[in-house]
Amino acid sequence: MSFDEIYNITLMQGFAGLSLFAVLLLMGLGLAIIFGQMGVINMAHGEFMTIGAYTIFLFSSLTESLAPGLVQAYFPFAIVCAFLVAFGIGWLTEWALIRHLYKRPLDTLLATWGLSLGMQQVFRSTFGPKEVSPTLPDWLMGSWSPAEGLDIPINGMFVLALTVVVTGSVLIALYRSRWGLRVRATVSNRAMANATGINTRRTDRLTFAIGCGIAGVAGAAFTTIGSTGPTSGSLYIVDAFLVVTFGGAASLWGTVVSAFGIAQTQSISEFFLSGSMAKVLTLLLIVTILMMRPQGLFAAKVRR
Amino acid sequence: MNAIKNWLMRGGYGSFVILALILVVVFPLAMDIFRLNLVGKYLTYGFVAIGLVMLWGYGGVLSLGQGVFFGLGGYAMAMFLKLEASDPESTKIQSTPGIPDFMDWNQLTALPLWWEPFKSLPFALFAVVAVPVLLAFVVSFAMFKRRVGGVYFAIITQAVALILTVLIIGQQGYTGGVNGMTDLKTLLGWDIRTDGAKYVLYFVNAGLLLGAILLCRWIQLSKLGTLLLAMRDKEDRVRFSGYDVSMFKVFAFCLAAGLSAIGGAMFTLQVGFMSPSFVGIVPSIEMVIFAAIGGRMSLVGAVYGTLLVNFGKTYFSESFPDLWLFLMAALFIGVVMAFPNGLAGLYESHVKPWLARRRSAGAPATLPVPPAPAGHAAPVKAEPALSARVSGQTA
Repeated sequence: MSFDEIYNITLMQGFAGLSLFAVLLLMGLGLAIIFGQMGVINMAHGEFMTIGAYTIFLFSSLTESLAPGLVQAYFPFAIVCAFLVAFGIGWLTEWALIRHLYKRPLDTLLATWGLSLGMQQVFRSTFGPKEVSPTLPDWLMGSWSPAEGLDIPINGMFVLALTVVVTGSVLIALYRSRWGLRVRATVSNRAMANATGINTRRTDRLTFAIGCGIAGVAGAAFTTIGSTGPTSGSLYIVDAFLVVTFGGAASLWGTVVSAFGIAQTQSISEFFLSGSMAKVLTLLLIVTILMMRPQGLFAAKVRR
Repeated sequence: MNAIKNWLMRGGYGSFVILALILVVVFPLAMDIFRLNLVGKYLTYGFVAIGLVMLWGYGGVLSLGQGVFFGLGGYAMAMFLKLEASDPESTKIQSTPGIPDFMDWNQLTALPLWWEPFKSLPFALFAVVAVPVLLAFVVSFAMFKRRVGGVYFAIITQAVALILTVLIIGQQGYTGGVNGMTDLKTLLGWDIRTDGAKYVLYFVNAGLLLGAILLCRWIQLSKLGTLLLAMRDKEDRVRFSGYDVSMFKVFAFCLAAGLSAIGGAMFTLQVGFMSPSFVGIVPSIEMVIFAAIGGRMSLVGAVYGTLLVNFGKTYFSESFPDLWLFLMAALFIGVVMAFPNGLAGLYESHVKPWLARRRSAGAPATLPVPPAPAGHAAPVKAEPALSARVSGQTA
């Protein structure tokens, strides 16, 4: 094996780790808002991702049958719609279910698990039990090879770019906007935030809906790398929770760092071990570190 | 006669006796062996459910990984049965006779060292309880000593369930992979697949379950049970009173794990196989709903809840497979929003007062002068000091 090949393999392996990082971060981002900021355990988070994925699928089938000429262009528009659909359903969920349960976190967990079961059955009845994947525009297919023997998949780069954009917007929104200010005030002291005139109930609802919307965007992005089935969401949920918990629940930067760490650990160990053993090793590592340091990597300094 | 009646009423054992009669007399008389075996299977989940009553209802700790312990118990039992089923005589067509068939399919040529002790039944029975309890101890000791609880604990237990599932499915040669351990035939030469054996196993299972309920009830009525309740409601106050709160939680978790493991072992014996589909996250959360439907504070209620949900599942997935998940969703949401104490809670808040009203209305007619009932009523009212503190609690 020549030096060039090793160099290329290292680069491609590094990129595989980066795409996994993007996937994990996108999964965790919505949850970091809902679970990290609000403290709501939304077990239906994976299903909100599936909503986004099915929205893309719906758009792609509609454009294919109604306006075949637009197949190259529908994708960005569909992502926005995925956000809006997930946002709307999240809004309704908060109104119907979550707002009654803020004081009972463990019960929220059960109720949202029930919600996820119901949503899975809705997907199954509407789209059928088979996995589906949308027709992707050509500019998302194939790979980019800047040098001989080096192939970087374009869909991976797209997901990475989308992740950067979404993460950036969330960070800006949370730390530079009125909404972010209200959210942070509500999180740190609900009663005081209320007293200063912040409508905490509306803030809660908006925050939950935005978290769900981001989950929808994540699901939309995942259609470029895999197919979607009714139970796809349940595959992501534990990973998403671990990313957020490992990073330290209240810290958005922690989520970014932990997604990066987990992704690199897994992709590097995948190079040496079988896929399932790499997963076991990564999870074991996370659980062990969480046992040693239950507050996660980046903990907010609060008295408990 | 009155003394017995008194004893029954006092500890809330009346509902226990009714459950015992249903399990031991009514079901075996009313059902054929196929249905009875099915009920036996459901009752093995009942072990998990009463474990959750102790852990979640009493200790206030929700575990979403009870399937891990159910599975470990079941696998420990299955390993013994599998080794007995793969003697050199019946596996002589394999390239390596005398090892389980799935090992042979995965090109293993010798029994792994850690399988060796499972050739002895006493060790296997010991491992059924010891392995899960040890794992539960390690996990919960590390977590509770650092005062991690509630939501974080639930997530960690879920991660443990995921790890174990991935491990079992990934290590096909050692565990049987996604199919699990199948073709279990005999227990020390006794064929567990015959109808007679199924009857015996059903009664053993029902007996163990009733025993487990009595054990848990005894714990609930002891000082330990009071402490668990106190800890659930005001953890800090118990800590400031000088108790080591974390060790009580560890105890509750280990108890729940041990009970689930016994359930798992009985599952393996009655159903004849064990597979990773009883280990993962989905079955673990389903087991929580059994306890929640029955009533998270009621041991007997948890068993009824388990039976009801499973009968429902069998009936609906046979007749209306599409509706089952919707019903399950409605159960999860309804039990949380509308009746958090489950069936037992509904009984306490609606049926019991109604019965009491009926009785007080009917009593003067049948017994014009009721001095005796009044005399008995007094200790009955005074006695359940513990249960009075918690609404919706029965045996």
